[in-house]
Amino acid sequence: MNQSLIDYTLHLADNSLILGQRNSEWCGHGPVLEQDIAITNISLDLIGQARNFYQYAAQLINDSQKKQGSQVSPLGGDLEGASEDSLAYLRKEREFKNCLLVEQPNVDWAQTILRQFFFSQYQHLLLQELQNSKDEQLAAIAEKSLKEVTYHLRWSSEWVIRLGDGTEESHQRMLNAIDELWRYTGEIFEPVSYERQAANEKIGVDVSKLKEPWENKVKDVFTEATLLFPVKTFMQTGGKEGKHTENLGYILTELQYMQRAYPGCEW
Amino acid sequence: MKNYIRKFYYGDIPEEKGGFHNTPLGDGGKQSDWPLWEVFIRSKQGLDHKHVGSLHATDAQMAIENARDVYTRRMEGVSIWVVESKYIHASNPEEAGELFEPAEDKIYRHPTFYQLPDEVNQM
Repeated sequence: MNQSLIDYTLHLADNSLILGQRNSEWCGHGPVLEQDIAITNISLDLIGQARNFYQYAAQLINDSQKKQGSQVSPLGGDLEGASEDSLAYLRKEREFKNCLLVEQPNVDWAQTILRQFFFSQYQHLLLQELQNSKDEQLAAIAEKSLKEVTYHLRWSSEWVIRLGDGTEESHQRMLNAIDELWRYTGEIFEPVSYERQAANEKIGVDVSKLKEPWENKVKDVFTEATLLFPVKTFMQTGGKEGKHTENLGYILTELQYMQRAYPGCEW
Repeated sequence: MKNYIRKFYYGDIPEEKGGFHNTPLGDGGKQSDWPLWEVFIRSKQGLDHKHVGSLHATDAQMAIENARDVYTRRMEGVSIWVVESKYIHASNPEEAGELFEPAEDKIYRHPTFYQLPDEVNQM
């Protein structure tokens, strides 16, 4: 039971961290000053959520180790036990449990917006359910994050409408973005073993039930944005079990370089 | 030399009198459609909205969201007003002489000639 709760928490944390990392790549490169600040604010919100989840996961890992009487940190290195930093900076690609959608590249503003919209719509539905979790800590993190995510959802859906129902060029860019990202939207609603376990114990959320409300909301926004809801059915999977696209390698290189090059370094 | 520094005034002062003209920001003037908005933030219920700056946005909804992102990062406010700059009618600072200086020497308009008893001296 404990391992699936740890995995579930890490999955939630990794989603937020990787998307936060991707959004932060816009810092200083945003199309307009206000949007540069907006996307980096969203990035900070996501990293804040990730921290909360990682702190909880580290606490769970350390508690479970004390129970087993082991002195060895599962992550190696000089660290005594796990911490939010070791979980973020010292795990390898296959140990990350984020879904494939959040590691996709930024490419252009349209694809960034669409990725944010798909994820925020999913996260909004997820956190609303997670507030009712039997695990108090997860419920508390969910309640706090929900306000931020409500804003992310509002901001990104308005941009989808603005770009979709905008000029010829913006509409075309949105169509390209849908083409690129649609195949990663199936995975988030297919529960893997630790999610099923957590949902059975009323700690986690059954994500398969979120699929229909998500599709309906996305359809509404797409209609207003004059975009067609895709009918393609092939979906890429594997992220939640550690099988990632090659994007994650590059993301983690940037994220983890300093800690790996100078172990134990501090600001 | 005098043309190197352009002074911009807030509001709808026409360009000939030194007012701000919506110059294109980026490539090919595509962003010249983005009007300028003035932002007012109220920090606590009951106080007045203070002017904190301006930003570009395409419509009112976006202006409020941009103002929230740019001007309330450090809990500066709980309420935002945005007004398109062209709707703010401002007095031209170059006319400040004729508008405001005459009031400087009309001391009879200030209630300063009363002798206040000590009990209410802090008024």
